[in-house]
Amino acid sequence: MSKTEAESGQQDRGGPGQPLIIAKDLKKHFPVRSGLFSRRSATVRAVDGVSFDVMKGETLGIVGESGCGKSTTARLLIGLIELDEGGIIFDGDSLGGDIGLKELRRGVQMVFQDSYASLNPRLTIVDSVAFGPKIQGLDKPAERARDLLARVGLDPDRFAQRYPHELSGGQRQRVNIARALAMEPRLVILDEAVSALDKSVEAQVLNLLNDLRREFGLTYVFISHDLNVVRYISDRVLVMYLGEVVEIGPSEAIYAKQAHPYTASLFAAMPSMDPDNRTEEPPLAGDPPNPIDPPSGCRFHTRCRFAEDVCAARKPALSIIGGEEAHLAACHIHEPGSGHSLANREAAQ
Amino acid sequence: MTGTPLVEFNGLKVKFKGERTVHAINGLSLSMQAGETLGLLGESGSGKSVTLKTLLRLLPPRRSEIEGEVRVNGTDITTLSGRALSAYRGGEVSMVFQEPALALDPVYTIGDQIAETVMRHKGVGRFAAMEVALDMLNRVRIPSPERRLKNFPHEMSGGMRQRAMIALALACRPKLLLADEPTTALDATVQIQILLLLRELQREFGMGVIFVTHDIGVAVEVSDRIAVMYAGNIVETGTTRDVIKNPRHPYTRGLLAANLHGAVKDERLDAIPGSPPALEEPPSACSFAPRCAFARPQCLAGLPPVTDLGAGHSVACVLEQPAFS
Ligand SMILES: Nc1ncnc2c1ncn2[C@@H]1O[C@H](COP(=O)(O)OP(=O)(O)O)[C@@H](O)[C@H]1O
Ligand SMILES: Nc1ncnc2c1ncn2[C@@H]1O[C@H](COP(=O)(O)OP(=O)(O)O)[C@@H](O)[C@H]1O
Ligand code: SF4
Ligand SMILES: [Mg+2]
Ligand SMILES: [Mg+2]
Repeated sequence: MSKTEAESGQQDRGGPGQPLIIAKDLKKHFPVRSGLFSRRSATVRAVDGVSFDVMKGETLGIVGESGCGKSTTARLLIGLIELDEGGIIFDGDSLGGDIGLKELRRGVQMVFQDSYASLNPRLTIVDSVAFGPKIQGLDKPAERARDLLARVGLDPDRFAQRYPHELSGGQRQRVNIARALAMEPRLVILDEAVSALDKSVEAQVLNLLNDLRREFGLTYVFISHDLNVVRYISDRVLVMYLGEVVEIGPSEAIYAKQAHPYTASLFAAMPSMDPDNRTEEPPLAGDPPNPIDPPSGCRFHTRCRFAEDVCAARKPALSIIGGEEAHLAACHIHEPGSGHSLANREAAQ
Repeated sequence: MTGTPLVEFNGLKVKFKGERTVHAINGLSLSMQAGETLGLLGESGSGKSVTLKTLLRLLPPRRSEIEGEVRVNGTDITTLSGRALSAYRGGEVSMVFQEPALALDPVYTIGDQIAETVMRHKGVGRFAAMEVALDMLNRVRIPSPERRLKNFPHEMSGGMRQRAMIALALACRPKLLLADEPTTALDATVQIQILLLLRELQREFGMGVIFVTHDIGVAVEVSDRIAVMYAGNIVETGTTRDVIKNPRHPYTRGLLAANLHGAVKDERLDAIPGSPPALEEPPSACSFAPRCAFARPQCLAGLPPVTDLGAGHSVACVLEQPAFS
């Protein structure tokens, strides 16, 4: 492996206008047994044609209910699992063509929800943080690890020699963050990384993530089910439903007005925080359907209160919302001439 | 105030012995009226589950020491045993959990499990008990309830299992329902359905509910009153409105800020520093003092006095004392 290859994940080559990640039509299907006693195999369409960009220095939030494909998308971005179809372009270099998995993995690091499972219980935390850099043959891994521990708020003199079980959940998550940063990534994917923490500790870690982003010029993909947290940390938000993108756009735009009925339901399901104005009606009934056999057309049509015949018949395309090119939603209501009674008919051509 | 409280804790202390001593509950006093929903709010380790387990007498007898009084409808339940204890559990008081597996037996159908409980506590026959089971599945709004009676727990989705567990817990019409984070593992769109269902059933059955949660938003959605727990004690109680709109304890204020409801992007969060105490020693001062931005020397000198602000709003913080206002 030549030096340039090893470093290609690390340096800015495409310039500020080049997205750090371009994800094009990502697909990942998993074969599973369809029922407890059935031999017939079925397919989980975990990620089913997902496209988005991540700009340099931005934080892209990904939201959606469990099972909608957030973690699978993340694992595709980091090369932990192989794409069935589609492509990933990292700072202008396409995966599989210009760069291989090795380079992608150096440029992209991930922090998971379970702070304990992510750490080797038999390694002291300084060894855990130094492990990656050592394997990569980076300079002075132990020193680097101590610096990073200090940077994430764990005094190395007190903490370096401790084992994971001797730390609190919040402290372990700080170690995981240090471990990700030790590889000098450009993109850090945080998959429910603060979700298991107590609220007061979560706020400390969010402050830390914001500081690190500025200091190291990082780009984040921030996966969470907590819309308050996503709003606080994200520049843009991507909403997934059953393996597909249903809405993507600037946080302020989406938090001010959700275009897709599913996004609107997710927001309406948030606790009101107002004792004088409590939620009176649940926005959706039942559990999310199974991604094994997703509904036809718009996958949300089985739960959508605006659903009409066209919704089951045809899949809506991502359309521009409110003339703002960065804001897209996939719903027939927003697709001019779709035939939905609420769609703008004039715009049809 | 109205007659006998439904639940009354008086100076409850719970200590776990073993390789490590844990002072889980440290002099907790709290009462609630019949038909009221009390939200017990606190971070992990603050003693919420231990409080509920004490009420249901589920603590390991050899490894735990209990001091103080716990009364339900005027009866001290810490001394119940034998038949009186089993009539109390599952009849008068029952519990729902975050994990339905703790309540539902995987090898029996939902219908059999509910019917069996009803037969045991109400002394009715199998046929009548099955009728009750069907009625309960209807009430928790499980679609096609006749068919679902014959389902095993694993044949249901997460939200449905949660509903089935609620049906089981309420089948004997308890006066008190203990809910230990029953919606924490659910997606937001399913969580709100279950919260609203519990709110409705509470009204319909007129039962008292103690709803344990770490999520302030959830507490607001279901509770008439909220009690905020920290390190095994209540630091603030009041009506939901008072606690949310006029929080007095620095910890309650910190929790509200950490909820991020209305936090401004890129603005530094007002995070509570540090982490909760280890509970190896019983507290001799305000347990929150080491993390508190307003701590005074008095906070470390002794346990904080409880100040009654009226209308059931009380706060355990020295800053509420006249000398500081
Ligand atoms: N390795 C796998 N094998 C089979 N199914 C999988 C695998 N990984 C994920 N899935 C399924 O793919 C869907 C999406 O999962 P995931 O990406 O983890 O969702 P999320 O992170 O949004 O909760 C789910 O139905 C999940 O059960
Ligand atoms: N059976 C037990 N043995 C020893 N310690 C326990 C036991 N149950 C709970 N604890 C401890 O008591 C404290 C309070 O726990 P718990 O009530 O479960 O907190 P939570 O507020 O998260 O529900 C914690 O420190 C916990 O570790
Ligand atoms: S396309 Fe139809 S079913 Fe889908 S979200 Fe829009 S209105 Fe609802
Ligand atoms: Mg996930
Ligand atoms: Mg608990």
